[in-house]
Parts: sequence; structure tokens; C-alpha cells
Amino acid sequence: MRTALFTDIHGNREALEACLEHAERSGVDAYVFLGDFVGYGADPGWVVDTVSEYVGRGAVAVLGNHDAAAVGERADMNDDAAAAIAWTRGVIEQRHRDFLARLPLVVEKGGILYVHASPVDPGDWEYITDLYSASRALVATRAHIVFCGHTHVPSLFHMSVTGKFASFDPVDRVEIPLTSRRRWLAVIGAVGQPRDRNPAACYAVLDDATDVLTYVRVPYDIDTAARKIREAGLPVGLAYRLYEGY
Amino acid sequence: MINVRSLAAGQVIDGFRLEQQLDPGGMADFWRVSHDGEALPLIMKIPLLRRGEDPLTIVGFEQEQMILSRLSGPHVPRFVAAGDFERPYIVMELVPGRSLKTLLDRAPLPAAEVAHIGAEIAEALHSIHRQHVTHLDVKPSNVILRDDGSAVLIDFGLSRHDQLPDLIAEEFDEPVGTGAYVAPEQVRRFRGDPRSDIFSLGVTMYFLATGERPFGEPEREAEWRRRLWRDPYPPSRWNPLVPPWLQEIILRCLEIEPDARYSSAAQLRFDLQHPDGVALTERAARRDRDGPLTVLSRWLKVRNAPPLRMRSVAGVLDRSPIVMAAIDLSAADDLGDALAAALRRVLATVPDARLACVNVLKVSRLALDPMEDAKGRNPHLQRLVELKHWARPLPVDPERITYHVFESPDPAAAIVDYARNNHVDHIVMGARGSSPLRRYLGSVSAQVVAQAPCTVTVVRRPRATDEAGPEG
Repeated sequence: MRTALFTDIHGNREALEACLEHAERSGVDAYVFLGDFVGYGADPGWVVDTVSEYVGRGAVAVLGNHDAAAVGERADMNDDAAAAIAWTRGVIEQRHRDFLARLPLVVEKGGILYVHASPVDPGDWEYITDLYSASRALVATRAHIVFCGHTHVPSLFHMSVTGKFASFDPVDRVEIPLTSRRRWLAVIGAVGQPRDRNPAACYAVLDDATDVLTYVRVPYDIDTAARKIREAGLPVGLAYRLYEGY
Repeated sequence: MINVRSLAAGQVIDGFRLEQQLDPGGMADFWRVSHDGEALPLIMKIPLLRRGEDPLTIVGFEQEQMILSRLSGPHVPRFVAAGDFERPYIVMELVPGRSLKTLLDRAPLPAAEVAHIGAEIAEALHSIHRQHVTHLDVKPSNVILRDDGSAVLIDFGLSRHDQLPDLIAEEFDEPVGTGAYVAPEQVRRFRGDPRSDIFSLGVTMYFLATGERPFGEPEREAEWRRRLWRDPYPPSRWNPLVPPWLQEIILRCLEIEPDARYSSAAQLRFDLQHPDGVALTERAARRDRDGPLTVLSRWLKVRNAPPLRMRSVAGVLDRSPIVMAAIDLSAADDLGDALAAALRRVLATVPDARLACVNVLKVSRLALDPMEDAKGRNPHLQRLVELKHWARPLPVDPERITYHVFESPDPAAAIVDYARNNHVDHIVMGARGSSPLRRYLGSVSAQVVAQAPCTVTVVRRPRATDEAGPEG
């Protein structure tokens, strides 16, 4: 089975559409959504409806910090993010709030753990950006593979049987065998707001039979996504950054 | 975990039936296995983990599993399956043939045989380098020669893939490799330069040609470092029958600085296949090692050297293509000038390029052409002289340029064959003027463009705008 993993969609309809289309074309048969469906982008309602449709058909979805903030959790955020959350609260409907409020923080299935930020204390929204935070995350669970998002920067951390940690910058469309004698933590880059200086949307595919992971970059219609952000009256910086990928 | 001691013929692991135990390697057990639906013989490699958790065994095994499953082609064993955490193993094609190690007893081998074997290994190396992989442990026991003479590389436990995590570098702070064969930059913990494999192949050819190892068999890392400043004795010191061209090739492979070696395995293979075209330098005539002053200055340089910067395999290969200039000596002068101008532009962007100047003499399919023309000159030699004259102004080091004249009834096919056999990356050739006959018969350049295995640049001579009409 091939599972597509999406994270940090952030209300970016154009990016999610492009990724879903790409995943479908490449013969994916299961879907995982790692949180932060709303915030920053202009289409939170459409994104939540789409994700909930996939969840209805068996997809896995976990809660992100922007989702929690949108349904009421007090959040520590920068100005643009806070403004976007305030705006999002006003445009999403009750069914969206109900869906988000019911999402779990963590899902664990067959040796694989799915979480938005870090398995250490999932509701604390810790960032995994370096070997130290990755090692804390990997020793907090027994899972063979941890999938998460939150940083918007694709990277792959791993731990050998001797306890050595290392990181790797995945290359677009190169298949990476996640060997069985090693534990892996895969930070999937963002669909809706990449921050690794590559503006193309990012998602990943796991072949469960062989444990081969492939990161994929998908170009999408940034002009439309950015125009909608401006037209919605959201902070313009949120539109510009899509072009630069930061 | 598989307990290797309890394994017995007839046992089945994940559908693979153990048939016969083979010679064990240092870090693994090997079994010939069979599987329903697999007609060819297979081999199962099971890491020996009995000495507790030996990191090199485990991580090398992981690295091999990762890399072998990504490689394809006739120069690597076909990957079939890998076991899981509980039962680690790799199943791959059992390559029929014999280990290059079995030839060592016969060393020194004749130069032609060394060159032939070296060219086959270089071909195999070029194949994996083009797949983003450097082997980093090239030595006779890791090369199998098939019955047709072609080489297969085995044991990718220390290898590196450009686009995958380097588990070895991340696990070990000290350099890994085989003391006798490891390249100087590997000793400095730099992994991933394809020219490291060229160095190790140089050691292998040195051994085959002389029966001696150029750096001995050092075991401790401190002794490995000696090769950073100490050059080996020239091969002819051990075997006076080593011809200058082979010594030139081997010593160039063994240069301490990767930049001074062949920049790609394809370029090395090219020289091994064309001994007559090897540009001989001071290396060919060397009778002894460098003097103490040179060695001392190298030692000082190493001591003060900054750490090496990683570069990708693909990056090195992109910078060192084989460019082929197909020259029609009978064409008008201005076409020759246009061709030279186009070549200058190509060569300016790739400093490590190798240039092969080729002229094909069209001969009749039926008649045996006379060896001499009407004036008693040998047309082959005459063409070679003209070819060299034409190429003289090109900005290429003499050791990066070769000249070839051959006869064929079908020049386009000969050019395409040459490009394919020599892993040419880029053909530059001229398009001759138009004529009713050419339009009817088709042109050489059009046929080359259609059939070449690589990029082709067809050069036209500049012409005034009123000179209309299609060209060849």
C-alpha cells in the first residue's frame, strides 16, 4: 500500500489540490493528514471539508496548533499568525469547528506514529529542527517511524542501533529506503506554506510494503493563492512569502 | 535475529530455501538460495552479529541494503529482497564468474590484460557513478569478472549514495575502507568523490601489473595517512615490462590530488582502451619516487590543509564529460572554423572535459581500398596529421585530447558506435552544405542526431542571409 502524507496545509486550497492530484496520479491508496489545516491561507473551510471527506473514507488526521487555536485554545503566536487565526475563526462554520475539535493529537498504527509537532508532549507543539530535538522525540516513543510536520521544512532524522543520531535533507523524488534496523523521524515539509526557500508544495509518499519514503515537490498556482490572501484582507506578508518559500 | 550457527541446508527463510553455504566473508555469511519464480541462482547475505552489536557490521549492512536496492544494470548484482529487523539479510543475484582476487596469484600480468581488466572495472564504476553512487571499497575481492570478461562490483557496505543519508559517515568518526586501497581523501574522511574509486582501481591495476601493493597493507589509520604525502614507486621499478603508457595511466590514477587524476571512470577507460593515444608525461618515464623535499612540502601542506568540502558525484561527472569532435577534413575551411568555435564554447564551460577528435574515412563496402593513394602516401597517416593540425589551436591540455581516424562504409554509424563504446557525452560535428544528392540520400549529421546515445551539436558555417536553402 502507498500512503500519501500531507501536513501544514494552512488553508491553501491551490497547493492542496495540486498535491492531491499528484498523489492520485502516482497511485496512492491511503492518506494521512498531519495537522494545521487552517491559518495563514484564505480557504480554511474548503480545506477542512476536503480533509474531513478523506477522513470519512478512512484517512488518518491529527490536530495541529493552528487548528487548536482556531477552535479556541489560547495560543502563543506571532502577529501575522494571530491575525490569520482571528480571521479564520470568523469564516469557518460550526461543522469545521466540530471536525477540528474532535481530532486526536497522536495516532499510532503498526509501528508508525503520526503527530503534528513532536511525540514528546504533543500538545506542547515543540519544533523538531535539530539533532537534539529529534533525539528527544525519537526516544520518547518506540515507534519505528515517526511522521510529523510543524516546522514547514522537510528533513529526515534517524537513529542507528548504537544510538547515533543524524539528519538528512531529502532530495525531491528520490526514494529513501527506511531500513528496519534504524529508527526514523520524518518531518514532512508543508503543503501550504513551505519555508525551505523552495516555494513548491511538499508532501511525501510511504510504500508500506518496502518502507520506502519519497518526498515530492509539486508546483502550484501561487498567484491565485496569494491573490485570495490579499483579497481576504489577511496580512500581505502571508501572500508574499508563498512566492519565496520562507 | 537469525542465529547463523543454527542455519542448515533445506531451511526456508521468508520463502528463500537455503541450498548451500558459500565461503564466508569477514562480516557476513553467504548462502546460495532458491525461490519459486526465480530461475537464476540467488545468494543470501546474512550479517554476522554474533559479536554483540558491531556497528560496522550493522551499519554497513544497512548502507548496502539501501544502496543496492537503488542500483541497476549489468555491473551490480540484482537486488531481490531484504529481511526485516528480526531477520536481517539481503538476497541478490548470484553473479556467475570468478573473483578478481583469483588472478592475483598470477601477477604480474601482461600489460594488455591489466588494461583490459582495468577498462572493464572502469566501465562498471562509470555505471554506478552515473547512478549517484561511489563504491569507496574497490579492491580485487569486490570485483567479479563474468565469463564474458565484464566486471561486476559487489559489497556496497561502505559506499555512498549522493541523494541518500550517508549512514557510514554519520556513524564513524574515523575513516573506513581497506588500508591497501583507500584513497587519500577517504583517509581525510571525505566520502563521495568518484575519483576515490579511480584511485583504488589504480592500486588494483598496480598490483596486477607488478605483483606489489603500492602502499603495502597498512592496518592502522596513522599508517594510512602516509599516502597523503608519500608517492609510490613507479610500477616499472617492480616490473620492467610495464610499458610507459600503462605506467602513465596507473600513476595518474594514484595522484594524491583528485584533480590530478582522471576526472571520470569513462575517461580512464578511454585511455586503457587506446594505449596509442595516451599522452605520456613525466609519469611515464619516472624511475623513482619523489625526493624528500617534495615529500616534506606535501606533508606540510597536509598538516595545514583545511577540511575537505563535500561535492556530489553528479557534480563531478557533469564537469568531466567526454566530448567528441567529428571532423570532416574535406569540408570547406569556414565549416572547420565554425566547428572549432563551437568546440571552444563547449570546452570553456567544462574545464575537465576530454576531447576525442575523430575523422571517419569513408570506404567502399565492396572494394578493398588501397593502403596508399596515388602519390604513395598512407591516407590514414595523412588524415591523422591533418586532424592534429586542425585541433592544435583548441584550448585543451595535450593529455586531455586524443585523435582517431578510422575507415567505414557508413560514417554516421561509425560515429554513433564510437560514441556508444566510449561513453561520449556530447558529439560536436559539422553539417555540410546542401545538394540534391544529399537531400535524397540523407546526411551524416541527421543520422547521427537520430541515433546517437548522447547530446549532439550540429554546427553550421555562418552564411549570408541570401544563401537560402536547407543544409545537410
